[in-house]
Amino acid sequence: MSRTSPLFSIMRRDLVLAFRQKNELLQPLLFFVMVITLFPLGIGPGPETLQKIGPGVIWVAAILSALLGMDKLFRDDFNDGSLEQLQLSNISLAWGMFIKVFVHWCGAFLPLLLISPLLALFLNLTPPMYWALIFTLALGTPLLSLVGAIAVALTVGLQRGGVLLSLLLIPVFIPLLIFATSAVDSAAMGLNYLPQLAIIGAMLCFAIAITPFAMSYAIRVSHH
Amino acid sequence: MFTWLHPYAKTERAYALCNTLLPYFLVTAIVGLVVGIIWGLLFAPSDYQQGDSFRIIYIHVPSAILSMSTYVAMAAAGFVGLVWQWKTAYMSMMAIAPVGAILTFISLFTGAAWGKPMWGTWWIWDARLTSQLILFFLYLGIMALYAAFSDKTQAGKSAAIMALVGVINIPIIHFSVEWWNTLHQGATITKFGQPSIASSMLWPLLISIAGFIGLIGTLTLMNLKNQILRREINRPWVTELLTTKEMNVNKEAN
Repeated sequence: MSRTSPLFSIMRRDLVLAFRQKNELLQPLLFFVMVITLFPLGIGPGPETLQKIGPGVIWVAAILSALLGMDKLFRDDFNDGSLEQLQLSNISLAWGMFIKVFVHWCGAFLPLLLISPLLALFLNLTPPMYWALIFTLALGTPLLSLVGAIAVALTVGLQRGGVLLSLLLIPVFIPLLIFATSAVDSAAMGLNYLPQLAIIGAMLCFAIAITPFAMSYAIRVSHH
Repeated sequence: MFTWLHPYAKTERAYALCNTLLPYFLVTAIVGLVVGIIWGLLFAPSDYQQGDSFRIIYIHVPSAILSMSTYVAMAAAGFVGLVWQWKTAYMSMMAIAPVGAILTFISLFTGAAWGKPMWGTWWIWDARLTSQLILFFLYLGIMALYAAFSDKTQAGKSAAIMALVGVINIPIIHFSVEWWNTLHQGATITKFGQPSIASSMLWPLLISIAGFIGLIGTLTLMNLKNQILRREINRPWVTELLTTKEMNVNKEAN
Protein backbone atom coordinates (compact mmCIF):
# COMPACT_ATOMS: atom_id res chain seq x y z
CA MET A 1 0.00 0.00 0.00
CA SER A 2 2.96 2.26 -0.51
CA ARG A 3 3.14 4.79 -3.35
CA THR A 4 4.49 2.27 -5.82
CA SER A 5 1.14 0.67 -6.70
CA PRO A 6 -0.43 3.69 -8.44
CA LEU A 7 2.74 4.05 -10.48
CA PHE A 8 2.44 0.43 -11.54
CA SER A 9 -1.12 0.96 -12.62
CA ILE A 10 -0.05 4.00 -14.67
CA MET A 11 2.59 1.87 -16.29
CA ARG A 12 0.17 -0.95 -17.05
CA ARG A 13 -2.42 1.46 -18.44
CA ASP A 14 0.13 3.17 -20.70
CA LEU A 15 1.55 -0.12 -21.92
CA VAL A 16 -1.91 -1.43 -22.77
CA LEU A 17 -2.78 1.80 -24.56
CA ALA A 18 0.48 1.78 -26.49
CA PHE A 19 0.19 -1.80 -27.67
CA ARG A 20 -3.48 -1.49 -28.63
CA GLN A 21 -2.62 1.32 -31.06
CA LYS A 22 -0.41 -0.80 -33.27
CA ASN A 23 -0.35 1.69 -36.12
CA GLU A 24 1.13 4.38 -33.95
CA LEU A 25 3.80 1.96 -32.81
CA LEU A 26 4.67 0.82 -36.31
CA GLN A 27 4.67 4.13 -38.14
CA PRO A 28 7.84 5.68 -36.64
CA LEU A 29 9.59 2.34 -37.08
CA LEU A 30 8.63 2.14 -40.75
CA PHE A 31 9.69 5.74 -41.18
CA PHE A 32 13.06 4.87 -39.64
CA VAL A 33 13.61 1.94 -42.01
CA MET A 34 12.49 3.92 -45.05
CA VAL A 35 14.70 6.92 -44.33
CA ILE A 36 17.64 4.56 -44.10
CA THR A 37 16.65 2.91 -47.37
CA LEU A 38 16.80 6.31 -49.04
CA PHE A 39 20.48 6.81 -48.32
CA PRO A 40 21.95 3.96 -50.39
CA LEU A 41 19.62 5.04 -53.20
CA GLY A 42 20.71 8.64 -52.98
CA ILE A 43 24.41 8.16 -52.36
CA GLY A 44 25.14 5.00 -54.28
CA PRO A 45 25.40 1.37 -53.25
CA GLY A 46 29.20 1.21 -52.79
CA PRO A 47 29.76 -0.94 -49.67
CA GLU A 48 32.65 1.19 -48.42
CA THR A 49 30.72 4.46 -48.70
CA LEU A 50 27.77 2.91 -46.92
CA GLN A 51 29.96 1.60 -44.16
CA LYS A 52 31.44 5.05 -43.72
CA ILE A 53 28.14 6.92 -43.52
CA GLY A 54 26.17 4.08 -41.91
CA PRO A 55 26.42 5.00 -38.21
CA GLY A 56 25.60 8.64 -38.86
CA VAL A 57 22.67 7.73 -41.08
CA ILE A 58 21.21 5.35 -38.52
CA TRP A 59 21.54 7.89 -35.73
CA VAL A 60 20.10 10.77 -37.75
CA ALA A 61 17.18 8.56 -38.76
CA ALA A 62 16.67 7.54 -35.13
CA ILE A 63 16.56 11.19 -34.05
CA LEU A 64 14.12 12.08 -36.83
CA SER A 65 11.80 9.19 -36.05
CA ALA A 66 12.02 10.07 -32.35
CA LEU A 67 10.90 13.61 -33.15
CA LEU A 68 8.09 12.24 -35.28
CA GLY A 69 6.77 9.90 -32.62
CA MET A 70 7.43 12.11 -29.63
CA ASP A 71 4.87 14.68 -30.69
CA LYS A 72 2.15 12.33 -29.42
CA LEU A 73 3.90 11.45 -26.15
CA PHE A 74 1.63 13.45 -23.83
CA ARG A 75 -0.98 14.74 -26.28
CA ASP A 76 -3.81 12.27 -25.65
CA ASP A 77 -3.32 12.29 -21.90
CA PHE A 78 -3.25 16.07 -21.97
CA ASN A 79 -6.40 16.38 -24.06
CA ASP A 80 -8.52 13.87 -22.12
CA GLY A 81 -7.45 15.30 -18.78
CA SER A 82 -5.65 12.29 -17.35
CA LEU A 83 -2.46 14.31 -16.94
CA GLU A 84 -4.42 16.84 -14.94
CA GLN A 85 -5.74 14.02 -12.77
CA LEU A 86 -2.19 12.82 -12.26
CA GLN A 87 -1.17 16.32 -11.27
CA LEU A 88 -4.00 16.54 -8.73
CA SER A 89 -3.44 13.08 -7.27
CA ASN A 90 -1.10 12.52 -4.36
CA ILE A 91 1.55 10.65 -6.33
CA SER A 92 4.45 12.73 -7.49
CA LEU A 93 4.00 14.13 -10.95
CA ALA A 94 7.71 13.73 -11.68
CA TRP A 95 7.51 9.97 -11.07
CA GLY A 96 4.34 9.66 -13.12
CA MET A 97 5.90 11.49 -16.05
CA PHE A 98 9.06 9.42 -15.75
CA ILE A 99 7.00 6.23 -16.01
CA LYS A 100 5.16 7.59 -19.01
CA VAL A 101 8.41 8.43 -20.77
CA PHE A 102 9.78 4.99 -19.94
CA VAL A 103 6.74 3.30 -21.46
CA HIS A 104 7.03 5.52 -24.51
CA TRP A 105 10.67 4.51 -24.84
CA CYS A 106 9.67 0.83 -24.68
CA GLY A 107 7.16 1.37 -27.46
CA ALA A 108 9.22 3.64 -29.67
CA PHE A 109 12.85 2.64 -29.28
CA LEU A 110 12.94 -1.01 -28.22
CA PRO A 111 11.57 -2.09 -31.63
CA LEU A 112 14.19 0.15 -33.20
CA LEU A 113 16.91 -1.65 -31.28
CA LEU A 114 15.47 -4.98 -32.33
CA ILE A 115 15.36 -4.05 -36.00
CA SER A 116 18.87 -2.60 -36.09
CA PRO A 117 20.56 -5.91 -37.18
CA LEU A 118 18.65 -5.62 -40.42
CA LEU A 119 19.83 -2.06 -40.91
CA ALA A 120 23.38 -3.05 -40.11
CA LEU A 121 23.10 -5.49 -43.03
CA PHE A 122 21.64 -2.78 -45.28
CA LEU A 123 24.52 -0.45 -44.54
CA ASN A 124 27.25 -3.08 -44.55
CA LEU A 125 28.36 -2.55 -40.95
CA THR A 126 30.97 -4.90 -39.50
CA PRO A 127 30.15 -6.85 -36.29
CA PRO A 128 32.21 -4.59 -33.97
CA MET A 129 30.48 -1.55 -35.46
CA TYR A 130 27.15 -3.26 -35.00
CA TRP A 131 27.77 -3.90 -31.31
CA ALA A 132 28.93 -0.34 -30.77
CA LEU A 133 25.79 0.87 -32.52
CA ILE A 134 23.57 -1.28 -30.30
CA PHE A 135 25.27 -0.02 -27.15
CA THR A 136 25.04 3.63 -28.19
CA LEU A 137 21.40 3.20 -29.16
CA ALA A 138 20.62 1.45 -25.88
CA LEU A 139 22.21 4.25 -23.85
CA GLY A 140 21.39 7.15 -26.13
CA THR A 141 17.74 6.66 -27.02
CA PRO A 142 16.52 6.93 -23.38
CA LEU A 143 18.37 10.24 -23.33
CA LEU A 144 16.47 11.31 -26.46
CA SER A 145 13.19 10.40 -24.80
CA LEU A 146 13.95 12.12 -21.50
CA VAL A 147 15.26 15.39 -22.89
CA GLY A 148 12.69 15.41 -25.66
CA ALA A 149 9.88 14.96 -23.14
CA ILE A 150 10.65 18.38 -21.62
CA ALA A 151 10.03 20.12 -24.92
CA VAL A 152 7.01 17.90 -25.61
CA ALA A 153 5.55 18.86 -22.25
CA LEU A 154 6.06 22.53 -23.10
CA THR A 155 4.48 22.37 -26.53
CA VAL A 156 1.66 19.94 -25.71
CA GLY A 157 -0.92 22.71 -25.35
CA LEU A 158 -0.12 24.22 -28.73
CA GLN A 159 -2.11 23.41 -31.83
CA ARG A 160 0.85 22.99 -34.16
CA GLY A 161 3.72 21.89 -31.99
CA GLY A 162 5.33 19.47 -34.42
CA VAL A 163 7.82 21.61 -36.31
CA LEU A 164 8.48 23.77 -33.28
CA LEU A 165 9.41 20.63 -31.36
CA SER A 166 12.05 19.77 -33.95
CA LEU A 167 13.39 23.32 -33.91
CA LEU A 168 13.78 23.16 -30.15
CA LEU A 169 15.22 19.69 -29.91
CA ILE A 170 17.60 19.18 -32.81
CA PRO A 171 20.29 21.55 -31.42
CA VAL A 172 19.99 19.88 -28.03
CA PHE A 173 20.54 16.41 -29.50
CA ILE A 174 23.74 17.31 -31.33
CA PRO A 175 26.24 16.24 -28.60
CA LEU A 176 24.59 12.81 -28.40
CA LEU A 177 24.85 12.40 -32.15
CA ILE A 178 28.53 13.34 -32.07
CA PHE A 179 29.47 10.97 -29.26
CA ALA A 180 27.39 8.09 -30.58
CA THR A 181 28.76 8.23 -34.11
CA SER A 182 32.30 8.71 -32.85
CA ALA A 183 31.88 5.55 -30.74
CA VAL A 184 30.86 3.57 -33.80
CA ASP A 185 33.71 5.08 -35.82
CA SER A 186 36.17 4.02 -33.13
CA ALA A 187 34.72 0.54 -33.25
CA ALA A 188 35.18 0.51 -37.02
CA MET A 189 38.87 1.25 -36.56
CA GLY A 190 39.18 -1.41 -33.88
CA LEU A 191 39.68 1.15 -31.11
CA ASN A 192 38.25 1.27 -27.65
CA TYR A 193 34.91 3.05 -27.62
CA LEU A 194 34.27 2.87 -23.90
CA PRO A 195 35.04 6.60 -23.30
CA GLN A 196 32.27 7.74 -25.63
CA LEU A 197 29.86 5.24 -24.10
CA ALA A 198 30.82 6.47 -20.65
CA ILE A 199 30.07 10.05 -21.64
CA ILE A 200 26.69 9.09 -23.07
CA GLY A 201 26.01 7.11 -19.89
CA ALA A 202 26.95 10.11 -17.76
CA MET A 203 24.62 12.35 -19.74
CA LEU A 204 21.88 9.74 -19.32
CA CYS A 205 22.38 9.58 -15.52
CA PHE A 206 22.26 13.36 -15.34
CA ALA A 207 19.11 13.40 -17.45
CA ILE A 208 17.42 10.77 -15.26
CA ALA A 209 18.18 12.87 -12.21
CA ILE A 210 17.06 16.24 -13.59
CA THR A 211 14.56 15.86 -16.41
CA PRO A 212 11.55 14.42 -14.51
CA PHE A 213 11.37 17.62 -12.48
CA ALA A 214 11.72 19.79 -15.56
CA MET A 215 9.00 17.78 -17.32
CA SER A 216 6.58 18.03 -14.44
CA TYR A 217 7.19 21.76 -14.16
CA ALA A 218 6.67 22.10 -17.90
CA ILE A 219 3.36 20.24 -17.70
CA ARG A 220 2.25 22.53 -14.89
CA VAL A 221 3.06 25.50 -17.13
CA SER A 222 1.08 23.92 -19.97
CA HIS A 223 -1.95 23.41 -17.71
CA HIS A 224 -1.78 27.05 -16.73
CA MET B 1 18.59 38.96 0.72
CA PHE B 2 17.27 40.25 -2.59
CA THR B 3 14.73 42.65 -1.14
CA TRP B 4 16.35 45.58 -2.94
CA LEU B 5 15.58 43.80 -6.17
CA HIS B 6 11.90 43.15 -5.54
CA PRO B 7 10.49 46.59 -6.44
CA TYR B 8 11.70 46.05 -10.01
CA ALA B 9 9.19 43.25 -10.43
CA LYS B 10 6.73 46.09 -10.93
CA THR B 11 6.79 47.16 -14.53
CA GLU B 12 6.66 50.85 -13.67
CA ARG B 13 9.81 50.68 -11.56
CA ALA B 14 11.54 48.52 -14.14
CA TYR B 15 10.69 51.08 -16.81
CA ALA B 16 12.13 53.87 -14.66
CA LEU B 17 15.28 51.80 -14.07
CA CYS B 18 15.66 51.32 -17.82
CA ASN B 19 15.50 55.07 -18.27
CA THR B 20 18.15 55.62 -15.59
CA LEU B 21 20.55 53.04 -16.98
CA LEU B 22 20.08 53.76 -20.66
CA PRO B 23 22.33 56.88 -20.93
CA TYR B 24 25.31 55.08 -19.34
CA PHE B 25 25.09 52.17 -21.75
CA LEU B 26 24.50 54.49 -24.67
CA VAL B 27 27.59 56.57 -23.89
CA THR B 28 29.71 53.43 -23.40
CA ALA B 29 28.44 52.08 -26.70
CA ILE B 30 29.13 55.22 -28.71
CA VAL B 31 32.53 55.97 -27.17
CA GLY B 32 33.66 52.33 -27.17
CA LEU B 33 32.59 51.58 -30.72
CA VAL B 34 33.85 54.82 -32.23
CA VAL B 35 37.23 54.75 -30.46
CA GLY B 36 37.74 50.99 -30.65
CA ILE B 37 36.79 50.55 -34.27
CA ILE B 38 38.52 53.64 -35.63
CA TRP B 39 41.67 52.80 -33.68
CA GLY B 40 41.48 49.21 -34.75
CA LEU B 41 40.70 49.82 -38.40
CA LEU B 42 42.97 52.80 -39.05
CA PHE B 43 45.78 53.00 -36.51
CA ALA B 44 46.54 49.54 -35.19
CA PRO B 45 49.52 47.90 -36.96
CA SER B 46 48.66 45.29 -39.57
CA ASP B 47 49.36 41.66 -38.84
CA TYR B 48 52.66 40.23 -40.15
CA GLN B 49 50.89 37.15 -41.46
CA GLN B 50 47.31 38.10 -42.15
CA GLY B 51 47.94 41.65 -43.34
CA ASP B 52 45.02 44.03 -43.07
CA SER B 53 42.33 41.38 -43.20
CA PHE B 54 42.91 40.62 -39.53
CA ARG B 55 41.20 43.93 -38.73
CA ILE B 56 37.81 42.25 -38.84
CA ILE B 57 38.82 40.95 -35.42
CA TYR B 58 37.52 44.22 -33.94
CA ILE B 59 34.00 43.21 -34.85
CA HIS B 60 34.28 39.45 -35.00
CA VAL B 61 35.82 38.77 -31.60
CA PRO B 62 33.55 41.03 -29.51
CA SER B 63 30.43 39.60 -31.11
CA ALA B 64 31.65 36.02 -30.77
CA ILE B 65 32.69 36.40 -27.13
CA LEU B 66 29.55 38.22 -26.12
CA SER B 67 27.06 36.03 -27.99
CA MET B 68 27.64 33.30 -25.43
CA SER B 69 27.41 35.79 -22.54
CA THR B 70 24.11 37.14 -23.77
CA TYR B 71 22.76 33.59 -23.84
CA VAL B 72 23.79 33.11 -20.23
CA ALA B 73 22.27 36.48 -19.34
CA MET B 74 19.05 35.43 -21.04
CA ALA B 75 18.97 32.12 -19.17
CA ALA B 76 19.73 33.93 -15.89
CA ALA B 77 16.79 36.26 -16.48
CA GLY B 78 14.63 33.21 -17.21
CA PHE B 79 15.80 31.55 -14.00
CA VAL B 80 14.94 34.67 -11.99
CA GLY B 81 11.54 34.65 -13.62
CA LEU B 82 10.91 31.01 -12.77
CA VAL B 83 12.05 31.37 -9.17
CA TRP B 84 10.35 34.65 -8.24
CA GLN B 85 7.57 34.56 -10.84
CA TRP B 86 8.27 38.00 -12.24
CA LYS B 87 6.95 38.94 -15.62
CA THR B 88 9.56 41.69 -15.94
CA ALA B 89 12.21 38.95 -15.82
CA TYR B 90 10.55 37.12 -18.72
CA MET B 91 10.28 40.38 -20.59
CA SER B 92 13.96 41.12 -20.14
CA MET B 93 14.75 37.56 -21.20
CA MET B 94 12.91 38.09 -24.44
CA ALA B 95 14.45 41.55 -24.80
CA ILE B 96 17.92 39.99 -24.76
CA ALA B 97 17.09 37.08 -27.09
CA PRO B 98 16.93 38.94 -30.45
CA VAL B 99 20.02 40.98 -29.56
CA GLY B 100 21.91 37.78 -28.83
CA ALA B 101 20.67 36.11 -31.98
CA ILE B 102 21.82 39.03 -34.13
CA LEU B 103 25.15 39.07 -32.33
CA THR B 104 25.62 35.37 -33.07
CA PHE B 105 24.71 36.01 -36.67
CA ILE B 106 27.23 38.87 -36.89
CA SER B 107 29.96 36.64 -35.52
CA LEU B 108 29.09 33.91 -38.03
CA PHE B 109 28.95 36.38 -40.90
CA THR B 110 32.19 38.17 -40.08
CA GLY B 111 33.78 34.80 -39.42
CA ALA B 112 32.79 33.63 -42.91
CA ALA B 113 34.12 36.86 -44.42
CA TRP B 114 37.39 36.37 -42.53
CA GLY B 115 37.59 32.70 -43.38
CA LYS B 116 37.48 33.30 -47.12
CA PRO B 117 40.86 35.07 -47.44
CA MET B 118 42.52 33.19 -44.56
CA TRP B 119 41.40 29.59 -44.95
CA GLY B 120 40.23 29.87 -48.55
CA THR B 121 36.66 28.92 -47.75
CA TRP B 122 33.53 30.65 -46.51
CA TRP B 123 32.41 27.87 -44.27
CA ILE B 124 34.09 24.91 -42.73
CA TRP B 125 32.75 22.43 -40.21
CA ASP B 126 35.16 23.56 -37.56
CA ALA B 127 34.35 23.26 -33.87
CA ARG B 128 33.91 26.92 -33.01
CA LEU B 129 31.96 27.73 -36.14
CA THR B 130 29.69 24.78 -35.57
CA SER B 131 29.02 25.52 -31.92
CA GLN B 132 28.29 29.13 -32.84
CA LEU B 133 25.81 27.92 -35.46
CA ILE B 134 24.14 25.68 -32.89
CA LEU B 135 23.96 28.62 -30.50
CA PHE B 136 22.19 30.57 -33.23
CA PHE B 137 19.69 27.72 -33.59
CA LEU B 138 19.10 27.69 -29.84
CA TYR B 139 18.30 31.40 -29.89
CA LEU B 140 15.91 30.95 -32.80
CA GLY B 141 14.20 28.00 -31.10
CA ILE B 142 13.58 29.97 -27.93
CA MET B 143 12.22 32.95 -29.83
CA ALA B 144 9.96 30.64 -31.86
CA LEU B 145 8.70 28.97 -28.68
CA TYR B 146 7.94 32.33 -27.10
CA ALA B 147 6.11 33.49 -30.20
CA ALA B 148 4.00 30.32 -30.35
CA PHE B 149 2.06 31.06 -27.16
CA SER B 150 -0.63 33.71 -27.05
CA ASP B 151 -0.56 33.87 -23.24
CA LYS B 152 2.69 35.71 -22.65
CA THR B 153 3.22 34.57 -19.06
CA GLN B 154 3.03 30.96 -20.16
CA ALA B 155 5.25 31.82 -23.12
CA GLY B 156 7.81 33.35 -20.77
CA LYS B 157 7.85 30.32 -18.50
CA SER B 158 8.20 27.91 -21.41
CA ALA B 159 10.98 29.91 -23.02
CA ALA B 160 12.75 30.13 -19.65
CA ILE B 161 12.68 26.34 -19.20
CA MET B 162 14.05 25.84 -22.70
CA ALA B 163 16.73 28.49 -22.12
CA LEU B 164 17.84 26.63 -18.99
CA VAL B 165 17.96 23.33 -20.87
CA GLY B 166 20.10 25.12 -23.43
CA VAL B 167 22.42 26.61 -20.85
CA ILE B 168 23.10 23.16 -19.40
CA ASN B 169 23.70 21.95 -22.92
CA ILE B 170 26.00 24.73 -24.14
CA PRO B 171 29.16 23.46 -22.43
CA ILE B 172 28.37 19.91 -23.55
CA ILE B 173 27.83 21.11 -27.11
CA HIS B 174 30.97 23.21 -26.94
CA PHE B 175 33.25 20.39 -25.82
CA SER B 176 31.64 17.73 -27.96
CA VAL B 177 32.15 19.80 -31.08
CA GLU B 178 35.66 20.67 -29.95
CA TRP B 179 36.64 17.01 -29.80
CA TRP B 180 34.83 16.42 -33.03
CA ASN B 181 36.83 18.83 -35.18
CA THR B 182 39.16 21.78 -34.67
CA LEU B 183 40.71 24.14 -37.18
CA HIS B 184 39.99 27.54 -35.64
CA GLN B 185 42.92 29.40 -34.12
CA GLY B 186 43.09 29.10 -30.34
CA ALA B 187 41.78 31.74 -27.98
CA THR B 188 43.91 34.85 -28.16
CA ILE B 189 42.97 37.06 -25.25
CA THR B 190 41.10 34.84 -22.81
CA LYS B 191 44.35 33.15 -21.85
CA PHE B 192 45.54 34.05 -18.41
CA GLY B 193 48.93 35.69 -18.17
CA GLN B 194 50.63 36.91 -21.31
CA PRO B 195 48.13 37.30 -24.12
CA SER B 196 49.37 36.18 -27.53
CA ILE B 197 48.52 39.49 -29.17
CA ALA B 198 50.55 42.70 -29.25
CA SER B 199 49.24 45.36 -26.89
CA SER B 200 48.89 47.85 -29.77
CA MET B 201 46.33 45.47 -31.23
CA LEU B 202 44.87 44.40 -27.89
CA TRP B 203 43.82 47.82 -26.60
CA PRO B 204 41.48 48.73 -29.45
CA LEU B 205 40.04 45.22 -29.19
CA LEU B 206 39.29 45.61 -25.49
CA ILE B 207 37.75 49.05 -26.07
CA SER B 208 35.64 47.68 -28.86
CA ILE B 209 34.48 44.82 -26.60
CA ALA B 210 33.43 47.44 -24.04
CA GLY B 211 31.61 49.28 -26.80
CA PHE B 212 29.78 46.10 -27.79
CA ILE B 213 28.76 45.53 -24.17
CA GLY B 214 27.35 49.04 -24.11
CA LEU B 215 25.55 48.42 -27.38
CA ILE B 216 24.01 45.18 -26.14
CA GLY B 217 22.87 46.93 -22.96
CA THR B 218 21.39 49.83 -24.92
CA LEU B 219 19.50 47.64 -27.37
CA THR B 220 18.23 45.34 -24.62
CA LEU B 221 16.99 48.20 -22.49
CA MET B 222 15.26 49.88 -25.41
CA ASN B 223 13.66 46.57 -26.36
CA LEU B 224 12.59 45.99 -22.76
CA LYS B 225 11.03 49.47 -22.57
CA ASN B 226 9.03 48.74 -25.69
CA GLN B 227 7.89 45.37 -24.35
CA ILE B 228 6.80 46.90 -21.05
CA LEU B 229 4.82 49.61 -22.82
CA ARG B 230 3.18 47.15 -25.16
CA ARG B 231 2.22 44.72 -22.40
CA GLU B 232 0.98 47.37 -19.97
CA ILE B 233 -0.72 49.56 -22.54
CA ASN B 234 -3.93 49.69 -20.50
CA ARG B 235 -2.29 50.71 -17.23
CA PRO B 236 -2.88 54.29 -16.07
CA TRP B 237 0.83 55.11 -15.81
CA VAL B 238 1.47 54.07 -19.37
CA THR B 239 -1.48 56.10 -20.64
CA GLU B 240 -0.24 59.08 -18.67
CA LEU B 241 3.30 58.65 -19.98
CA LEU B 242 2.16 58.35 -23.56
CA THR B 243 -0.24 61.29 -23.39
CA THR B 244 2.39 63.59 -21.84
CA LYS B 245 4.81 62.51 -24.55
CA GLU B 246 2.21 63.23 -27.18
CA MET B 247 1.50 66.64 -25.68
CA ASN B 248 5.20 67.48 -25.77
CA VAL B 249 5.38 66.45 -29.40
CA ASN B 250 2.35 68.58 -30.20
CA LYS B 251 3.83 71.53 -28.33
CA GLU B 252 7.02 71.29 -30.34
CA ALA B 253 5.04 71.02 -33.55
CA ASN B 254 3.13 74.17 -32.68
